[in-house]
Amino acid sequence: MEVILAIIVGFMYAAGIYLILRRSLVKLIIGLIILGNGVNLLLFLLGGITKGHPPVIGESETFLAGVYADPLPQALILTAIIIIFGLQSFAMIFLQQEYVQGGVEDLDSIKEEEEEK
Amino acid sequence: MLTAIVLCFAFALVFTLFGKHLRGRITYLTSLLPLSLFIYFLGLQNSLSSGGEFLSIYPWISSLGIDLSFRLDGLSQIFTLIITGIGFTVFLYAAEYLRGHPFLDRFYGYLLMFMGSMLGLVLSDNLITLFIFWELTSISSFFLIGFNHRDQKARKAALTALVITGGGGLFMLLGFVLMGMVAGTYSISEIVLMKSLFSDSIYLGLIVLALFAGAFTKSAQFPFHFWLPDAMRAPTPISTYLHSATMVKAGVYLLARFSPLFDGEIYWNEALILFGTITFIYGAAQSIFKTDLKAILAYTTIAALGIMVMLIGIGTSAAIYALLVFICVHALYKAGLFLVVGSIDKICGTRDITKIRGLRNTSVVLFVAALLAAISSAGLIPTIGYHGKHLIYSSVMESGAWGIGLLVLTIAASILLLCAGLLVGLKPFTGPVSPEVPLQKHTPPAMWITPLLLGLTGLGMGIFYRAPQELLFLPALESLHGGIVSKQMHLWSGTDTLFWLSWGTVLAGIILFVFFRPSHEYSKRDKKFKKFHSRYLLEQGVINVKRTFSFLTHVLQNGYLRYYTAVILTFLIVLISLRMYTGFENGYEFEFALDFTFNELATIIVMVVSILLAVFTTSRVVAVASLGGVGLCICLLFVYFSAPDLAMTQFTIDTLTVVLFVLLLKKLPLYLSKVDTGVNWRDLIISCTFGLLVTIITLEILFTGSVKEISNFYAENAYLLAKGKNVVNVILVDFRGVDTLIEITVLAVSGLGVFSLIRLKMGIDRER
Repeated sequence: MEVILAIIVGFMYAAGIYLILRRSLVKLIIGLIILGNGVNLLLFLLGGITKGHPPVIGESETFLAGVYADPLPQALILTAIIIIFGLQSFAMIFLQQEYVQGGVEDLDSIKEEEEEK
Repeated sequence: MLTAIVLCFAFALVFTLFGKHLRGRITYLTSLLPLSLFIYFLGLQNSLSSGGEFLSIYPWISSLGIDLSFRLDGLSQIFTLIITGIGFTVFLYAAEYLRGHPFLDRFYGYLLMFMGSMLGLVLSDNLITLFIFWELTSISSFFLIGFNHRDQKARKAALTALVITGGGGLFMLLGFVLMGMVAGTYSISEIVLMKSLFSDSIYLGLIVLALFAGAFTKSAQFPFHFWLPDAMRAPTPISTYLHSATMVKAGVYLLARFSPLFDGEIYWNEALILFGTITFIYGAAQSIFKTDLKAILAYTTIAALGIMVMLIGIGTSAAIYALLVFICVHALYKAGLFLVVGSIDKICGTRDITKIRGLRNTSVVLFVAALLAAISSAGLIPTIGYHGKHLIYSSVMESGAWGIGLLVLTIAASILLLCAGLLVGLKPFTGPVSPEVPLQKHTPPAMWITPLLLGLTGLGMGIFYRAPQELLFLPALESLHGGIVSKQMHLWSGTDTLFWLSWGTVLAGIILFVFFRPSHEYSKRDKKFKKFHSRYLLEQGVINVKRTFSFLTHVLQNGYLRYYTAVILTFLIVLISLRMYTGFENGYEFEFALDFTFNELATIIVMVVSILLAVFTTSRVVAVASLGGVGLCICLLFVYFSAPDLAMTQFTIDTLTVVLFVLLLKKLPLYLSKVDTGVNWRDLIISCTFGLLVTIITLEILFTGSVKEISNFYAENAYLLAKGKNVVNVILVDFRGVDTLIEITVLAVSGLGVFSLIRLKMGIDRER
C-alpha cells in the first residue's frame, strides 16, 4: 500500500503544481488546496502506516504497547491541516478581493498593472 | 615597529574624524610625524648594517597562523626610509599646495592612513597581514585619487585604480594562501628559506602567476599600466608620494622579497624580463609625446618600474644591487620632479609643456631644484642617478644570453627617459617668458625648499656614495640575496665600455631634447589605437558584464509569479536529480508494500479521478466538487490507517473549505479561455517531474526507516504523566500545549486577515 500511496502523493504534487502554474485565479486556489492535501498525506505516509491500531490507550492499560499507529506524525498533521486551512482561506479571500476590487482575472496582469504605475 | 604603524593610523583617525575642528591649523606640524619616524628608522640603521635584524611579533589570530609580525631588514629599511623621508617632504609641501582647501584635514588623514599601511606593507613578516596592508594602500590610494570628488574624471580614475590594484590583490591573496598551504606557515622570513619545498610543489606555477597578478597591477606593468596615468588626477603631492615614490613600488617590493625563493624557477625570470622590458619600452616611448607635465612623469614612472621588474628578472646579485640603488634613485629624482611640476602648476596655472616658458627668471631656486632632479634622472656625474645608471648598464650587460639585446633596449629607453626628464626639469625654465601664461610671482618657501632638499640629497648621496653603499645598500643586498657584488659604486671607473655607453646615452638624450618639439599632434595619433588599448578592453568587459546580468535579471526576475515558481521548481528538480544520480543506492523491497484491500483500491481510484477532474474540467463547480471528493478520500485513508482524530479534522476542514469556496465562487472570475499549448506542456513536464521526484524521495525515506524514540516516549507517558488516553490529543493539548496555542494564534491572525479584507470591501462600498 505504501508504494501506491507514494505514487498518489507524487500525483497530487504534480496536479497542485500544474494548477499553480496556470494564470486563472480559481485554478491557483484549487492548486493550493490539492498541494496542501498532498503535503498532509506525505507526512502521514512518512510517519509509517498501521492498520487497525489507533494510538488510543485501552480501558485497562496505562500505556500504549505492541503494535500501534505512531501518534507523533498524527499530531503534526492535525496541526498542519488547520494551518493549511488558514492559509487557504486567506488566499481565497485575498484573490477574490483582487478580482472584485482590482478586476484581476489573469495573474499575469498583476505585473502589467505594476509596470503602468 | 607596531607603534610606528599604529601611530600613523591613530593620527589618521583623528584627522579624518575631528578634522573639522582643526581647520588646517596644524598642517605643518603633521610633517613632524614622518620626520620623527625617519629619524627612528635611521637610528636603527647602525645595528642593521652590522647584520642585525629587528623582529617583533604580536599575537593576533594565532590559531590560523596570522600574527602581527614585523621584521625590519635591509630591503624593508630602504623602503621605510623612502616612505618616511619622501613622506616628510610631501607632508610639508602639501600644507602649502592645498592651503585653504576645505578638506585639508581629511587629506592629511588619508595621507597618514596611507603612510601607516605602506609601512605595514614593507615591514610585515606575515603574508596575510602583508595582504591586508597591501589592500589598505589601494584603498587609501582610491580616496586620495578621488580627493577632488567633484571632478567626475577623478572619481572614475580612482575607481579604475581601485579595481585594477584591488583585483590584482585578490589574485595575490590566492597565491599567498597557496604558499601558506605549501609551506605550512605564513611567515615570510621562513617561507623564503624553503626553496626546495616550493620547486617541487605542483602549485608553483599558480603561485607565481598569482604573485605576478598582484605585483604587475600594483606596479603598473603593461598591460595593467593605464590606471597610473589616470591617477594623475590626484593632487600633485599624492602623485609624488603614492604614484611614483612609494605605493607603485609595492609590486617591486613583493617581487624582490620573493626573488630568492623563485629565482630560477619555471618562468619566473623570463616572464619578469619580458613584462619589464615591454613596460619600460612602452612607458619611455609614450612619455616624450605627452604634453601634460604630469603625464610625462607618469609614463617615465611606468618605464622606471619596468626597468625594476626587468632587473628582478635578471636576478643576478649585480642586478638586485642595481635594483636597490635604482629604487632609491628613482624615488629621489622623481619625487623632486613631481614637486617641481606641482609648483609650476601653481605658478602658471597650467601644466601644458607647450605653453610654459622662461620660468628661470621668476623662480631661480625652483630652477635649481628641477635641474638637480633632471640631471639625476639623466644619470649625470656626480648625482646618485649616475651610479644607478652605471649599475643597471653593467648588470644588464652581464645578464647572459639576452644581454646585448636587453642592453640596446635599455639604452634606447634611457635616452628617451633622459629627454623626458629634461622636458620636465629644464624646458619650462628656458626660453623667453610667454605672454599667454601669466606668472604668479610669489611662491611659498615650502614649495621650492622641498624639491631642493630632495635634489641635494640625491647630489649628496652621489658624491659621498660610500656611506649609503656600505651602510644601506650592501646590507640590503646581503639580507635579500646573500651574495656580494663585484661592480660597486665608483665615481670614476676609467674609460671602459660602460663609460662610453653612459656618455653616449647622455649625448644622444641631449641631442634628442634639443631637436624635439613637444606638440599636441601626437596625442591625436594615439586615439587611432584606442581599440587595442587594455583600458578599452576593460571598459568593454565591464559593459558586457552589466549587459549580461541585466539580461539575466530580466529573464529571472520578470515579475510573473508563475515564472518564479517555475524557475524555483526547475532549479530544485535539477539539484535533486543530480543528488539522486550520485547518491541513492537502496534496493526497494516492494513485496510488503504492495498489498491492498478492495476498499483502499476503490478510494485511490476515486481520488485519482477526482484530481484529474479538478485539474482538467472547464467548470469551476465541478472542480470544487471534486476537491471535496479528494478531501473525503483522504479522510477515508486516515480512517483505514488508524488515525481517527485526523479523519475527523480532515472531514471538518474539508467541508469548511468547500463551503467557503462555493460561497466565494460567485464573486470569483470564470476560467480564462486562453490556451497556450506550449506553455501547458512545459508546465505539465515540470510538475510531473517534480511529482515523480517526490514519489521517489518518499519511497527512499520509507525504505530507510525512521527513529521512534520520541513517539515511544509519548506512547508510554501519555497516561502516566498527563492522564489522557488519546495519545494524539494529549500531545496537542498537553505535551506541546504552547505550540498549539501559537497555532491557534496563527489561525486567529489569518482569520483577522480574512475579516479585514472583507471589511475593506465594505468600506469602499460605503464610500460609494
